[in-house]
Amino acid sequence: MSGTAIDVERLAAAARRRKARDRFFTYLALTLGVIVFALPIWITLVGSTHDTDTIGRGDVPLLPGTEALNNYAHAWAQGGGGRNTFAVPASTMLWNSLIMALVIAVGKIAISLLSAFAVVFFSFPLRMFFFWMIFITLMLPVEVRIIPTFQVMTDLSLIDTMTGLTLPLIASATATLLFRQFFLTIPDEYVEAAKVDGAGPMRFFKDVVLPLSVTSMAALFVIQFIYGWNQYLWPLLMVSDRDLETVIVGLTKMIGIGDTQNEWNLIMTTAVFALLPPVAVVVLMQRWFIKGLTETEK
Amino acid sequence: MHRRTLLTGAMSLGVAAPALGQTQPTEIQFWHGLAQPLGGMLEKRATDFNATQQRFKIVPTFRGSYPETMVAAIAAFRANNAPHIVQMFEVGTGTMMNAGRAVKPVHELLAETGVQIDFDDYLPGVRGYYSLSDGRMMSMPFNSSTTIVWYNKDAFRAAGLDPDKFPEHWQQVAEMLPKLKGAAGTQVPMSTAWLTWAHVENFSAIHDIPLATLANGFGGLGTELQINNPLVQRHMANLVQWQKDSLFRYGGRNNAGEPAFPNGEAAIMFTSSGFRARVQREARFNWGVAMLPYYEGTPRAPINSIIGGASLWVMNKGPAAGGGRSRDEFQGVAEFFKYLSNPEVDAQWHMDTGYVPVRRASYAIAREKGFYRDNPGADVPIEQLLRGGGTLTDNSRGIRLGGFVEIRTIMEEEMERAFQGQQTAQQALANATTRGNQVLRNFERANRG
Amino acid sequence: MRKKVIFRGVALPYLLLLPQLLITAVFFFWPAGMAVWQSTQREDAFGLSSEFVALENFTDLFRDPIYLNAAWNTAVFSTAVAALALGAALFLAVQADKQIRAAGLYKTLLIWPYAVAPALAAVLWLFIFHPSIGLVGRGFAAIGINWDYRVNGGQAMTMVIIAAAWKQVSYNFIFFLAGLQSIPTSVLEAAAIDGARPMRRFWTVIFPLLSPTAFFLLVVNLVYAFFDTFGVIHALTRGGPGNATETLIYKVYVDGVQNLNFGSSAAQSVILMVIVIGLTAIQFRFIERRVHY
Repeated sequence: MSGTAIDVERLAAAARRRKARDRFFTYLALTLGVIVFALPIWITLVGSTHDTDTIGRGDVPLLPGTEALNNYAHAWAQGGGGRNTFAVPASTMLWNSLIMALVIAVGKIAISLLSAFAVVFFSFPLRMFFFWMIFITLMLPVEVRIIPTFQVMTDLSLIDTMTGLTLPLIASATATLLFRQFFLTIPDEYVEAAKVDGAGPMRFFKDVVLPLSVTSMAALFVIQFIYGWNQYLWPLLMVSDRDLETVIVGLTKMIGIGDTQNEWNLIMTTAVFALLPPVAVVVLMQRWFIKGLTETEK
Repeated sequence: MHRRTLLTGAMSLGVAAPALGQTQPTEIQFWHGLAQPLGGMLEKRATDFNATQQRFKIVPTFRGSYPETMVAAIAAFRANNAPHIVQMFEVGTGTMMNAGRAVKPVHELLAETGVQIDFDDYLPGVRGYYSLSDGRMMSMPFNSSTTIVWYNKDAFRAAGLDPDKFPEHWQQVAEMLPKLKGAAGTQVPMSTAWLTWAHVENFSAIHDIPLATLANGFGGLGTELQINNPLVQRHMANLVQWQKDSLFRYGGRNNAGEPAFPNGEAAIMFTSSGFRARVQREARFNWGVAMLPYYEGTPRAPINSIIGGASLWVMNKGPAAGGGRSRDEFQGVAEFFKYLSNPEVDAQWHMDTGYVPVRRASYAIAREKGFYRDNPGADVPIEQLLRGGGTLTDNSRGIRLGGFVEIRTIMEEEMERAFQGQQTAQQALANATTRGNQVLRNFERANRG
Repeated sequence: MRKKVIFRGVALPYLLLLPQLLITAVFFFWPAGMAVWQSTQREDAFGLSSEFVALENFTDLFRDPIYLNAAWNTAVFSTAVAALALGAALFLAVQADKQIRAAGLYKTLLIWPYAVAPALAAVLWLFIFHPSIGLVGRGFAAIGINWDYRVNGGQAMTMVIIAAAWKQVSYNFIFFLAGLQSIPTSVLEAAAIDGARPMRRFWTVIFPLLSPTAFFLLVVNLVYAFFDTFGVIHALTRGGPGNATETLIYKVYVDGVQNLNFGSSAAQSVILMVIVIGLTAIQFRFIERRVHY
């Protein structure tokens, strides 16, 4: 009898030990994961607080230095990377990126709301044809039609303009699909009630559909803001006027071919600038972000 | 009516009062591909010119690297929005020569505007590169350079070599490389930038062997690459072997390898003479320059090397008939070119930047000012361009291949594979020839009409 | 699932659709059509002359070893990015799922790279792997590895794969974690009572339940690696050294924008369109199965 009790106890102890070990490994794995994720950022943050020579010499610093204020002020007001290009102040580039991201996010939401509304709540000839037409744009990312799109842009004199940078990216199949899906869940009774009240379609849109869509709009905004901010190939093609440079493209231009003598401290400072807005949006609006992400991809 | 009165008024005031600003200066768009600090020096030339007169205003804009500037200008032409002047690297010359009505040849520009520039005074290598076979200038020579050798004198001294004498022959270089291993803290004895410009194009020129048939493409679009020849094979095989033995390090495309010299990593560097300003500013050791070595026993070697750098091309506005340029705009371009050709201006550019003077007169000015006495070796690139008596042969006049930008990339790609040990130097040259000829044939087809 | 109640009117819905349709027509369909047309042409760089060459641009491509090399690179790159990003995300998600209390915190710490642009991710990793200024790059040199991604093709490929995958892990993590957390505890408890060892339990019980998510993510990751990684390659290697990191997308750019070879670039665009249509069709079929409209 007593032997069994000891066995049980020993087993329980072993189980506890195993559990403790498992927990330890779990924490270890997660911490390692977080470190791998944070390492590049840490190096960048630290680098942005040192002077050019420290980094150029290859003495990779792991702790912050004293040049932070200088670097950030300099990058903000004057920019860097003169070795590979003409410097553009980070403030200019960030402003361009911000406008681009905002126009794209708001534009996408606006026109997708309208088209989804039309497709769901109206019956008109060729309705599904138009819906498919919008859907098919999913299959034509700019990466696969670089040259002809560039030519259309030149024909329309949209090269080197903010309009050219944003307008073509405003079409959105994903946003239209999302809104369509959401609209389909609006109970028919709402429409009936609106009709009984004698409300026209636009009144219905304003008083019923818009308020109901606020959550979806917020979620989409996060996703599309990041999408707009992170554009690379498009501005690379459309913009050669340095006053319209966006921060992501501007940053890689500063690096050029990776010359060891680059002003790496200013490059890292600019990288931090480029990183902050979208990361802030994701972290601060995490709930909307995850909702947006999981729903747009459905 | 009103406007005419105003106009007459302005005219009656005449030349006496241009400062009243009744007429806006004609703006001339000038796209260039020089990053800082050279870009700033170039833009200063434009501002200086603007200060000499009020009729024209040159507006310089940086458009990225040379290839990016070229692409931007061509795209702008297709969009009927080309700049008046575009700085085009020498590699793009073949493409521009065949650009038909996209460009305004400089000889036409000068004839129509009545502006005179004395091209006879230009260095033959410079002039030949940018003119038709009958000598008519197609573009305006500007920043010209050539590849030379940069070497670390401290490392030479540490290795027991004569720091004031760089070997003349590649055979001597080969003997010397092992001695330089680790000398004076260097990591590698030799490295290079502009692999093909230094080790294929200029290499062929100074050895007086053809890079391509039909006089390196000067004779027509039917040209074919000739780089797969015993001498280039021998040199490339050496480079690959040295790379394997850690005596040489390929530093990447274009000028990516350059920093390894001023930061003391490489004891010997092959790159442009325009590297001078940077070495002066950054190198913390004694350094020297020398002419490119050659293989002893090659008949006729060494003769002159060919130029690199860039020239200024005049562009029409767009593909529409007539070109879309006014007489006034062309006048402004021509006056600006005239200003740049001034020997004083050219000599100053040479002394500021390390690019070679494009005129004999400017060379003389720089010498009179004692520039070469104060900067030993600064005349090496010019002497190298005049080596062998300065009479150009079909192999040393220059290179005029359509799509040469792409061909250069192809040569680099194939050599990179050889440096990684994926193929032999000979295979690399054979593949580069096949692929390069394909580009030439495509160019020929597209530009037949 | 059609709406039974619908507004009447013809002009209004068209008006509402107009902005979207206009942009779609001008910036999507027109250029796509032009790509098809241009793929049959051979044109000089300045657009002054062109000739009809039928399918020659296509046959040239399939004979061109460099193009086939780009296709191979694309396959290697996409597979590696998808495998790495999915594997790492699944592993982390499983760990985070065990720690219900801290899961939220880890989530916050792990999801932010989603917001980092691919090109920027490349730049961040450059700071680590640069042979002379990077932490790891210099570390390699110190232990005698001849590390220079600018000269060594294999190293260059490794680097673009890491940078591209790193950014995608957060995305996959979010979906895997959501998938794991939606598995009913009763299922897990039943499996635990069965006495199966944790590894076995994972592969026989949990993973099958996750497989729809995994498959969906696989497609998304492939699409990402195919089309959204231009920035990574452009910022880090420009396709080099020696075409070692040149993918199909990158080659369209090089031939069209740098080499001004419009016919060939257009032909490559057309080929890519076919590939995207295929991938989207797979994705959409799957979406249809998962979400019932």
